[in-house]
Amino acid sequence: MSDANRESTTAEYSPVLAGPARRELDDILTRYPTKMAALLPALWIVQRERGWVSTDSMAEVALALDLTPAYVKGVVTFYTMYHQHPVGRYFVQVCTTSPCGACGAEDVVEALLEGTGCGELGVTSPDGKFTVIEAECLGACGFATPVMINDEFIESVTPPRVSELLAQLR
Amino acid sequence: MGYPFQPHLRETTLLSRYFGDAGARTLAGWKERGGYRALEQALGMSPADIVNVVKESGLRGRGGAGFPTGMKWSFMKPGDGKPHYMLCNADESEPGTFKDREIMRWTPHALIEGCAIGAHAIGAEVSYIYIRGEFTEPLRIMDAAVREAYAAGILGKNAMGTGKRVDLHLHRGAGAYICGEETAMMNSLEGRRGNPRIKPPFPAVAGLFGLPTTINNVETLGAVPLILNEGAAWYKAFSLSSPKSTGTKLFSVCGNIARPGNYEVVLGFPFKEFLYELCGGPPPGRRFKAVIPGGSSVPIQTMDEAEATAMDYEGFVAQGSMLGSGGVIVYDDSQCMVKHIARLARFYAHESCAQCTQCREGTAWVTKILERIEQGGGTTSDLDTLLELSEQMTGKTICVLSDSCAAPIVSGIQKFRHEFEAHINGKRCPMGTTAAA
Repeated sequence: MSDANRESTTAEYSPVLAGPARRELDDILTRYPTKMAALLPALWIVQRERGWVSTDSMAEVALALDLTPAYVKGVVTFYTMYHQHPVGRYFVQVCTTSPCGACGAEDVVEALLEGTGCGELGVTSPDGKFTVIEAECLGACGFATPVMINDEFIESVTPPRVSELLAQLR
Repeated sequence: MGYPFQPHLRETTLLSRYFGDAGARTLAGWKERGGYRALEQALGMSPADIVNVVKESGLRGRGGAGFPTGMKWSFMKPGDGKPHYMLCNADESEPGTFKDREIMRWTPHALIEGCAIGAHAIGAEVSYIYIRGEFTEPLRIMDAAVREAYAAGILGKNAMGTGKRVDLHLHRGAGAYICGEETAMMNSLEGRRGNPRIKPPFPAVAGLFGLPTTINNVETLGAVPLILNEGAAWYKAFSLSSPKSTGTKLFSVCGNIARPGNYEVVLGFPFKEFLYELCGGPPPGRRFKAVIPGGSSVPIQTMDEAEATAMDYEGFVAQGSMLGSGGVIVYDDSQCMVKHIARLARFYAHESCAQCTQCREGTAWVTKILERIEQGGGTTSDLDTLLELSEQMTGKTICVLSDSCAAPIVSGIQKFRHEFEAHINGKRCPMGTTAAA
C-alpha cells in the first residue's frame, strides 16, 4: 500500500475503540494474562458497533493488541460469526443440520428466502433489510427449527410463523 | 421432560430440578434453593479432599469422552508454583445436544458454583467459561449471574470471606464447532485460530497459556455442588446398570419423536422405556427407524440395538454406539438415512479446521460421494470408497473430528446398506426426498 493510500484510508476511518468501547476493551484486558486473548472479545465489540469487521477495523484491533493485521485477518476468517462484509439490518441464521432437517428446516429456509425477498442464501434483500444464511447446528435441536435474527434466538419456527416474525420487523 | 413441560414421573431431576423456574436464576433465589452452601464448604476443604469426594462419587465427564472427573482433577498438582486454570466447556455444538444451554439458562449459579469448586480443587484462581457465540440468551443470563456473584463477594479476591481468590470470566466463541475440542478451545481463548493441538503435552501439563489447565463440561461441573452437598455415596447410589456409570444424565432428545426436549434419568435407565414412555414414541402414524444416541459423532443404532440398551457409558458401547454427549437424534420411517448421513458429513466438512489432510480432504470427499448417491448418481464401488476413506479418516488425525464424520458413515453403511443400494440401483432417492439427478 502506498503512503498516499494509507493516508486516505486513515482520514476516512474513524476508530471503533475510542471512548466507552476503548474502556470496555481495557476492562476485558484485565481478565487475561496476554493481550492476544482479548482478540475475540475485541472483534465482537467491533462487530457490535459497526455491524461487520472491515479490513481497517482489523488493522485497528491489531494495533490495540500488539498483533499484525495479517494475524488478525487469519483469526477473523477462521470463525463463521464475524462478518467480513456488510450484511442486512437483520441477519437471519437458520439451522439446517440433520435433526432440524428431519423436522422441516428446509421449508423454513424457503419461507424465509421468499418472505424476506432475499431469494438466495447469503444475498442481502434489495431493501437492505435482510440476509439469510444456513447455520450449522444452533444447539436447540429439540426446538426445531431454531432461527437467530441478529442476537435474538427464536425456537420452534415453522413456515407459518415466518411471516409473523417478518411482519414484526417490517 | 423438563422445561417447557412438567418432568416425567420416572425422571430423576437433580440438575434439571429448576428448569423453567426463573426464580432460580437470581442469586437470592439460588440461595433460597440451597445454593452456594457447597462452595462455602469446599473453600474450607483441602483440594485433595474435594478431589477424593468427586473420585468417590464416580462422576464422569458429561461432554462426550466420559473420563472420570476426580481423576482428571488429580492430574493437577496444587502448589507447583504455577498459575492453574479451570476452563469450562460451554461450546455446546454437537448436533443433537442442547442440555448445557438449559443449565445456563435456568441455573447459571449452579455452573458458577461448580466451576468455583473445581477451580479450588485444582489450585486455580481463575476460571473461564467458553460459551459458543450463538448462545446469546445463555450468555446474557450467565453474565448477569457472574456480576451478581462478584457484587456479593462470592467471586473475587476474597471469595466468601475466605481470603481465597476465585475469579471467573465468560468468553464468547465466534462460530466454530471445533472449538468444543479442548485444545482447540484453549487456542481460541488465547486469541488464535481454533486448531486442535497435538497431545501430549496434555492440558494438565501445558494447557491454557502454556500452564496447567483442567477442562470440564457444563453438566459435569453442574453436578459437583450436588455431590458436595449430599455426599459421594448418595450420588454413587444413582446407578441402574453398570457400577462404572453413576449419577444422573441429561439426555437431549430431538428429531422425529412425539415429545422432544431434555430428560434427566439415572444412568442405566432402559432406553426402550425412555424412548416410548418418557418421550412418547414416534410421531403419530410413524415408526422409529434409527437412533443416534450420543450426538452426531457416535455410531447409528438400529431400533433392535437401541431397544436393548441400558443408558450408560458401558450400555451404549455394548449395543454398537456410545453415550457421547447424550444428544439423542431419532429418525422415523419417513426419513432417508442416506440424506441424513450426507447432511451430517457436510456438517463435518464445514467444521473441519483443515489442519490434517485426512480430515480436510476426507470430510469433503465423503460428502461429495454421499450427496451424489442421494441424488441418484452413485455407483456400487462408491460404498467401498466410502468405507476405505472412513478407515483413513479414523485414528490418524490430531483430533477426532474426522473420526466423528466417519462414525455415522461406517455404521450407516453397515446397518442401512439396503437404503444405499436402493439409491444406487434405482438411480434416485426411493423416499422421494430429492429429484433424480
